[in-house]
Amino acid sequence: MYVAVKGGEKAIDAAHAWLAEERRGPEDVAELSVDQIKGQLKLAVNRVMAEGSLYDPDLAALAIKQARGDLIEAIFLIRAYRTTLPRFGGSEPVDTEAMACDRRVSATFKDAPGGQVLGPTFDYTHRLLDFKLAADGEVPSAPERAEAPETKPHIMSFLDREDLIQPEPEGAETPPDLTREPLELPAARPLRLQSLTRGDEGFILGMAYSTQRGYARNHAFVAELRIGACAVEMGIPELGFAIELGEVELTECETVNQFQGSKTEPPQFTRGYGLVFGMCERKAISMALVDRALRWKELGEDNVGAPAQDEEFVLYHADNIQATGFLEHIKLPHYVDFQSELELIRKLRREAMGQVRQEAAE
Amino acid sequence: MDHASLSGGFTDPPQQSAVAFRGIMQAMARPGTICDVAGAVAPVPLSVAAGTALLTLCDPDTGVHLAGACDTQAVRDWITFQTGAPLVAAEDADFVVGDWNDIDLSVLRIGTPEYPDRSATVIVEMLELRAEGATLTGPGIKERAVLDLPDVAAFQRNATLFPLGLDFMFTCGAQMAALPRSTKVI
Amino acid sequence: MTDYNFAYLDEQTKRMIRRAILKGLAIPGYQVPFASREMPMPYGWGTGGVQVSAAVMTASDVFKVIDQGADDTTNAVSIRRFFERTAGVETTEATSDATVIQTRHRIPEEPLTDDQILVYQVPIPEPLRFLEPSEVETRKMHALEEYGLMHVKLYEDISAHGAIATAYAYPVEVEGRYVMDPSPIPKFDNPKLSMAAIQLFGAGREQRIYALPPYTRVVSLGFDDYPFEASKAEHACALCGATDSYLDELIVDDAGTRMFMCSDTDYCQSRRAAGHVGAQGTPFKEDAA
Repeated sequence: MYVAVKGGEKAIDAAHAWLAEERRGPEDVAELSVDQIKGQLKLAVNRVMAEGSLYDPDLAALAIKQARGDLIEAIFLIRAYRTTLPRFGGSEPVDTEAMACDRRVSATFKDAPGGQVLGPTFDYTHRLLDFKLAADGEVPSAPERAEAPETKPHIMSFLDREDLIQPEPEGAETPPDLTREPLELPAARPLRLQSLTRGDEGFILGMAYSTQRGYARNHAFVAELRIGACAVEMGIPELGFAIELGEVELTECETVNQFQGSKTEPPQFTRGYGLVFGMCERKAISMALVDRALRWKELGEDNVGAPAQDEEFVLYHADNIQATGFLEHIKLPHYVDFQSELELIRKLRREAMGQVRQEAAE
Repeated sequence: MDHASLSGGFTDPPQQSAVAFRGIMQAMARPGTICDVAGAVAPVPLSVAAGTALLTLCDPDTGVHLAGACDTQAVRDWITFQTGAPLVAAEDADFVVGDWNDIDLSVLRIGTPEYPDRSATVIVEMLELRAEGATLTGPGIKERAVLDLPDVAAFQRNATLFPLGLDFMFTCGAQMAALPRSTKVI
Repeated sequence: MTDYNFAYLDEQTKRMIRRAILKGLAIPGYQVPFASREMPMPYGWGTGGVQVSAAVMTASDVFKVIDQGADDTTNAVSIRRFFERTAGVETTEATSDATVIQTRHRIPEEPLTDDQILVYQVPIPEPLRFLEPSEVETRKMHALEEYGLMHVKLYEDISAHGAIATAYAYPVEVEGRYVMDPSPIPKFDNPKLSMAAIQLFGAGREQRIYALPPYTRVVSLGFDDYPFEASKAEHACALCGATDSYLDELIVDDAGTRMFMCSDTDYCQSRRAAGHVGAQGTPFKEDAA
């Protein structure tokens, strides 16, 4: 006799209870606070904000806590929350030239107005585990800058003045919104950049790296990488002017790329662009390289068939929430489909074996 | 904008629009079937069904065109206030509302071969809705349905454009019947 | 739960989905792009079906969710709970009591009626996708009604295997125009696709909605000499004895002994309640607890 298995509801409840215990961890260790995550795991918070497309460090920190440190899971929590938020309007384009830079480096000019500012970077740390941190994390305070920060004009503006770089005039058009309209191809650059900035850091990094290794190679110089706070302003039609809503920390990367000229364009430098929420330097540089690779059509270059040139491939596969959902869904029951395949294979084998036997008999 | 545009909307939008949509969906899924579509009261001359359909389906993302006698200041104000939908020329419209004789079908969007859904939905205000007259066949119809249509040739022409074409909703009082492009009119 | 709107989605999102559903019904089998929202469950786990259900649901609906034909599979339980919480709708496991049924991979055995709506969860809505990965290209092929590639694929199956080697998600032609993916239902279910209920298909990650109005002509692709054939395991249900239902195969001991039972749990239960007993079944009351 066989009694059908039931109990899906109970199993789910039990799994959730266990998950909650596991998230908390050993109770003799103090619980992690959201403020600790926000303050001490800031780069994780930044990545969650960037790929979650929501600038809110407190929520991002909460999501990281709830997700037990699984950043894609945390991004998912933020995305699902974001989609329920009412939309009041669009901001003015942020003025990144007015950014209060914590970090600003150029790989193209040894010095330029505003200077090189290293900022809080891992770049020249020796990657030696600091066992002192395992005991206590007290650090000597960093030296403070005495003089007031000077303005830091975009490095690109100096190339612009000489007509050495392909111009990028300001457009009046409101960019499309990937989160409100289905993706349609071919995608214009604003839509591509939108997709890249919320795309998975690992995917964008891999794509960018592939261009460096020769798949649509286009050597990029980092003209400027700047990180800092920018004011966000929104125009209020009733008032007739824009008001400042607050500040967001951004990472902006502009690359200068070699360009021999094409059938349609004279020899000049061309640009790649990356702009990401928070301090997300690896992502911003990667984004600029992939942006540049995707621009082959508008610059009249050849499509060499490289993955990073294929906008359908890049845009349809950059989103880690889409990717992880579909990837992980294969662990859901597929009894029915598998059963139909079983029957088919058995039938095909029966027929094939029958044929073999028949041939042997003849 | 006068006071009238502030009234006549849904009092409980999530529930009322859901019920109204089910009526509209039944009408579109079963061409020729007369369904109840109510919940909103638009200014005259719009019927309850036409006003309710606009409230259920339109918002700032959809262009609405008011044809002929429907194009009054009161109706315009009501749609603007209640839905936020922009009022546009017939050739740009997602939704067109009017009497049959006031609508020039030839200028309306019929979609493109790759995106046939980018086409206008036409809400035709009728003096009455009767299940008699022209015979209809096609998806949504078990064998055949009958519906009194304002014209026959125009709908036959529309069906030959399939998968492009226009989709029609006929409204009278608090009722609606529909005729999508997939329906063949005999 | 009062902090979210009725059925979770905001009204503007519902309007956008409702417009897509109407265009889908007007152009049966054509995939309407829609701005799929990020839902609180993962892509690939029914976000398209959930968005369509949320857009058609009214407070007086009776909602049923099945996955693999069963009401008790974990993801079906999870989606049913979602709507209990966010829409407060009544739910049921009885196919005949439901007004809206969301399904993954099956069509219920019991014929649906004209006051029901069947909502499918769709992973890959494009029937041509595994033959042509580019969306730009497949959209063109649909526009030009260029389905040669699909016929070539089916024909190659026949020449290689003597049969069409597609067992689920078997492509259909709708009203003589669009080739459509019926979602990954077993081909056993294909003949049921022409039915009295409205059928709506939602693919969240791929941002597509499509539809079949009632009684739409749906033809499974085939050839004159190799016609489409619906098939199932050659067994009767061990619990209820049904010979006309699609069966799950279970491994019941270490020796690998197999047992077959209805994939549609409500169908099986109803039959057993009506007194049908299969070879290994118990009389209905004994395992009711």
